[in-house]
Order: sequence, then structure tokens, then C-alpha cells
Amino acid sequence: MSVRSWFDERVRYRGAEDFLHEKEVPVHRYAVTYYTGGITLFFFLIQVVTGLLLLMYYRPTSDGAYESVRLIISKVRFGWLVRSIHAWSGNLMVLAVWLHLAATFFGKAYRRPRELTWVSGAVLLGITVTFGFTGYLLPWNTLSYFATKVGTQITGNVPVVGKALLVFLRGGEDVTEATLTRFFGIHVAILPALTTLILGLHLLLVQIHGMSKPISVQPRTSEPFYPQFMLRDFIVWVILLGAVAALATLLPWPLGEKADPLASAPAGIKPEWYFLFMYQALRMLPSHINGLEGEMVGIAAFALGGLILLLVPFLDIWSRQERSSRIVALIGILALAFIVTMTVLGLVARF
Amino acid sequence: MARKLRAVLIALLLLASMAPMVVAQVTTDSCTSCHQNLEGRLAKPAEGMADDAHAKRGLRCASCHGGNPERTGMDAHDRRAGYVGAPSAKDVPKFCARCHLNPEFMRRYNPRLPTDQYARFLTSVHGKRLAQGDTAVATCTSCHGVHPVRSTGDTRSPVFGQNVPATCARCHADVSRMKPYGIPTTQYAEYQQSVHGEALLKRGNRRAPACNDCHGNHGAAPPGVTSVANVCAQCHSAARDLFVKSPHKKAFDTLGMAECTVCHGTHKIEFPADAMIGTGAGSVCTQCHPAESAGSAAAGQMRASLEQVKTVIANAESMLAQASSAGMDVTDAQLDINGAKTALILARAVTHASSVSEVQKATAPGVAEAGKAQKIGEAALAELGFRRRGLSVTVAIIAFVAVTLWLKLRQLEREAR
Repeated sequence: MSVRSWFDERVRYRGAEDFLHEKEVPVHRYAVTYYTGGITLFFFLIQVVTGLLLLMYYRPTSDGAYESVRLIISKVRFGWLVRSIHAWSGNLMVLAVWLHLAATFFGKAYRRPRELTWVSGAVLLGITVTFGFTGYLLPWNTLSYFATKVGTQITGNVPVVGKALLVFLRGGEDVTEATLTRFFGIHVAILPALTTLILGLHLLLVQIHGMSKPISVQPRTSEPFYPQFMLRDFIVWVILLGAVAALATLLPWPLGEKADPLASAPAGIKPEWYFLFMYQALRMLPSHINGLEGEMVGIAAFALGGLILLLVPFLDIWSRQERSSRIVALIGILALAFIVTMTVLGLVARF
Repeated sequence: MARKLRAVLIALLLLASMAPMVVAQVTTDSCTSCHQNLEGRLAKPAEGMADDAHAKRGLRCASCHGGNPERTGMDAHDRRAGYVGAPSAKDVPKFCARCHLNPEFMRRYNPRLPTDQYARFLTSVHGKRLAQGDTAVATCTSCHGVHPVRSTGDTRSPVFGQNVPATCARCHADVSRMKPYGIPTTQYAEYQQSVHGEALLKRGNRRAPACNDCHGNHGAAPPGVTSVANVCAQCHSAARDLFVKSPHKKAFDTLGMAECTVCHGTHKIEFPADAMIGTGAGSVCTQCHPAESAGSAAAGQMRASLEQVKTVIANAESMLAQASSAGMDVTDAQLDINGAKTALILARAVTHASSVSEVQKATAPGVAEAGKAQKIGEAALAELGFRRRGLSVTVAIIAFVAVTLWLKLRQLEREAR
């Protein structure tokens, strides 16, 4: 009995092999968008590997967190590279998730029968930014400390449950070591477990339904997923690996100054770029709207926006009939323009 | 001298024997009710009483001026009840001293307040001239104000630390007022430009000295050649200790030179610069030590030692800045840089000992610490080079893998066609 047969008899991998050989990918002018999911997955894998390496030295205490990261970047062999790649790749992953979302939305890849693929993807977007939010605090530097303070303070304005949510997030009234250990636990245990489950479901659904093609596209041809498309995916991954390595080496992620909770917040504190559109929009709101607190109204609006995003496949009634709605596309473009404009305003604004 | 001392003692005893005019518990006070309805200078005392330090502690007009405040109109000015009215300029110190030299009385209001002001005033130039009949000199009210007399801790008081230079300058910068005494009037302008004036007046550093910290408060007098070093040593004790060990001490004493001020000046004391030592422009050593002299050579050597530390620090900092801007962590080196800078500060102080070997001994740790920082910078730059070379190799490998995969893909596509 050959080794292949021995393994096949036990794990039945030939079924998966046959599936790979049979899987086809449509070929059309928007086919490039198919790579966005793979790119996101690639960055996620980098995060897992580098995160596990960082875990070996990182200490989640207010006294030890900053020093442990400094140890990683200054004393641990290639620690600087691992930490810098983790930071860069994390940010690029958020960007890739947004690109993947935009490609899926404008390609209407959420339409029947892929509604749950979209919902699981939207949940993964939420998990990804939560990864970013919780991970940002972990080095316990001045910027991350005060940005977390501002960020969690905003949740305190959520109607009804705001105060409870703030205490839950911070592990108390203020950002302290309790917040750090809480964020650490969420970042390295809860979110990875959730991601494994939901990403698994997401990928399974993608395999079940195959690649969606835009409504307007009638592909005449398709190509095998294995090995052609997979090879192209690998080429993109390899190039991205080089790009991340170059970014991490030439522009190492700064560590900054250790957080001093007793000091006053430095001027110009801004959240990470992927939260900036929300922060900027909340800042631009008047203090009161129709007698309600402006920030509270803004948060409620963003929560509603998130809910709409989650339910897009069920709200876009035209897509069920394989029709492309200009209204839905226009809403998408306006939402995208809003996010980009607010982010740019937030980047250039002097707080 | 003994006669003068006896006169002072007799004056003090006489004053002490006078019972302070305590009329603190006055139920009605016709002074303010009358004076506040008057005009001009007669209204001013009543206007200012709300802010007066004495009034805040329960004292009333009659506590100082006597009279009977329970009576109204001019009847209140009852000389049988001790009414003294406004004292003349020559009587002001005695007038205030009735209470302020009595420890027992002062303890009831402000135990922390000294009671030797009057005795000190009698020893001051102001007090001596007043005793000689010069009523143009400063007395208590000239500096402390009158109606209201504010507490020295009140920022509005003329004798609040930061206000003292301007208060002294009211007379001492007045050319016509100082003309009869033949003393300069540039002190305030010079002080404003000095390191002390800049610290106190511009930066609000209340630990910086004002006029009274060097000249004394109530016993104000020029420090004089023999005591100027002691005055400076109140704050600059380390410099003083080093100076007394230096060869300059004996020379200055012999020549009757006033130690610190010879090099640093008096009122316009500038922030000390390294240029003050050595043989170049701005050197104070060349005032006495001609070129080619042993003193000049020693000054040059001391300056060279300081410059050596500064150069090593500057080189290390430049290297660390280069490494830091490239994203390298060189935080550890900052401790060494701080150590080197501390050594430089100490070495600058050691120049007061005027000993080349002592200065070299003081600068040596600075050179060593800065050298350690420079090594950290060099290591960081070497590591940076290694990283960049490593990146080049990695990119080359990645490019090779990508091209190989692409070629394989092309081959598969050709086969599929």
C-alpha cells in the first residue's frame, strides 16, 4: 500500500483533491476582485504566526507591557521584524477587509444563495476592527493609552447601555491594567476563537457556492481553481510578503513613549485610521440634535449603519431577481465617499 | 560702634515698653463710615481697608491710629484716647514697630512673622539715613504700601517676590531721586536682562533671587567686597566651596576683589557660557591673565576639556538621531547621554576650582558615558545596515519565487490551451 493510499484510507483527502480539481473560477473583467478575499486571508495568517511569536515575550501588565515590547524590538533576535510585520500586516488586513467588502458589495456577491456568506463576512469585518482596537492598547504607550481612553469613552455615550458597556470594556471606570489584561484576553483568545469559527463557516460557504459573478457579467469562460487560480493567488501572496517585509524593515512600527496614566493627554490624539471616519463625524456633530446629545445620536446612526450593512442581502430586494439596483449602488457610493471624506478630514484635522 | 549699639538697644527697649495699641474688638467703627464719605486723599484709607492684611485679622483703623471709633465726626480724633493720625515719614518705622517688634503681640496674629524688622531697618542704609534726618529714604510704607498693606504672599503686594524688583526700581531707577546719593540707576534694567531677572520676571520662577535676596529686606545694604561671595553662596554653595579651594581665593583677597562678581558681574549676571573660560572671545580669564601666561594656558586647557565632552556628546547624539529616525530603538543610549551631560554640568562647576587636573577629572566620566552612547549608536547603525542587506536578499528570493510561479503558471496555461 502506498503512503498516499494509506493516508487516503484514513483521512479521505482525495475527496478534497477531487473538489479542487473540479472547482472553476469565472473569467471576466472584474475577476481581479476575487483576489481580495485571499489577500485578507493571507494577512490573517501572518497575524496568527507573528502573534504567536510575540506571545512568547509579551507581558500584559501595566508595568511590564511596554518594557516587554521594547525587549522584543531591541533584544529578541528578529523580534523587531516580527513586531513590525504584525503591526503593518494588521493594518493592511483591515484595508484588505474593506476592499473585499467593497468588491463584494458592488459585485452584488451577497445575492441568493450567498446571504449567509455576506453576513459571516460582515461579522468578520467587525471582528477584524475589534482585533485592531484591542491590539492597539497592548504596547501600553502614550498614544495607545489615550486613544483607548477616548475610544472607550465614546462607547459610554451609547444610549441606555453606554455606562455598562464602558465599565465592561475598561474593566472599571478608567483605563487601567484591568483594561489591558481584558483587551489582551479578547485579542489573543476570544477573537481568535470566534474568527476560527466564523472564518471557517465563511470559507466553507464560499466553497459550497463557488465564486459569484457580477449580474452584468456573462462570462463565456472559466478556469480551474487548481492549480491556475491558486498559483495566481500564491504569486500575489508572495509579492505581498515582500511588500510587508519591506515596510517592516524600512518603516519600522514606532513604539513611542510609555503611557503615563497620571499625565494629561497629549495634543493631537487620534484613533487608528480605520476608526477615524467615525471619530471625525462624531466631532463634527453639534452638541445637541433635537434635544438629544449629538454624540449619542451619531453613535445610534453608526449602529444603524452597521445593522444595515449586516442585512444588505435581505434589504436589496432587486438582487434577488438578478437585477442591479442603481439606488443600492448609489447608497454604497455615498457611504464610501462619506468614509473616505471623513477619514481624510480626520487625517488633516488638528485636534 | 558701642555707642551706636547702645542707642539702638535703648530705642528698642523704649519701643518694647510702649504697650501696643490693641483695639481689636471694636464694636462700632466710625472711621471708615466717615472717611468713605469724604473725597480725595481722605477717602483713600477707607477704600483700601477691605484688602488690608491688618483689617483681615480683625484690626481696625484705631488699632494703629488711636482715637475713639465709637464716637463720630472729629470727636473720634480724641487725643486722650491716643489719636495720632498719619505719622510723618520719619516716624513711620517706629509707628509700625510698636506692634511688629513685639513677639508676644505678633504671635496672636501671625506667629511666623519675624519681629526683627525694625532692628534690621536701623542697620540698613535707609534706616541710617533716616536717623540722620533724610526723610526721602524708603521706610516701611514705601515698600509695603499703605491702606491697604497687603500680605507679602499676596501677588498684588509690592513686596511679593516677583514685584520686588519693580518696587525697588521705583526709587532706584529714578535718576533725579538718586542724584543726591550719587549711586547708579541702571540696576533694574540690568537685572531684567540677567539670568536671575529672566527666571523671576519672565519665567515666573519664584526661586530666582530678587533684589532683597542679595541685599537683604529690612536691613537693605550693598553686600560689599567682603561679603558678596557669601551672598551668592546662599544658592551657589557648590561653586563657592570650589572657589575657596582655588588659587583665586587668596589672590582676590589680597587684591581686594569681590570674588564672584569679578567674572559674573553684579546685576546683569548673564547665563554662564563656556566662552567665559579660556582665551577666546567672551573669556573673563583674559581680564587678568595675559596671553602666554600660565593662567591663560590653564584657562585654555580647562576650556579644551569642556569642549571635548561637548564634541563627544554632539557626535553621539547625531549618530543616535540618525539611528532613531531610521526606526532603531536607541533608548538605552539616552541614559548614557544624560550621564555625560550631567558630568559636563559638574565639570563646568569644577572650573570654579581653577584646577586643570580637577576639571579633566570631572570631564573624564562625561567622555566615557558619551562614548558608550556612541557605541550604541554605531551598533544600531550597523544593525540597520544588516537589516537592509537582509531585506535586499529577501526581496531577491521573493522575486525569484514569484517569477518561478509565474513561469509555471504560463506553462500550465499553454498546456491547457
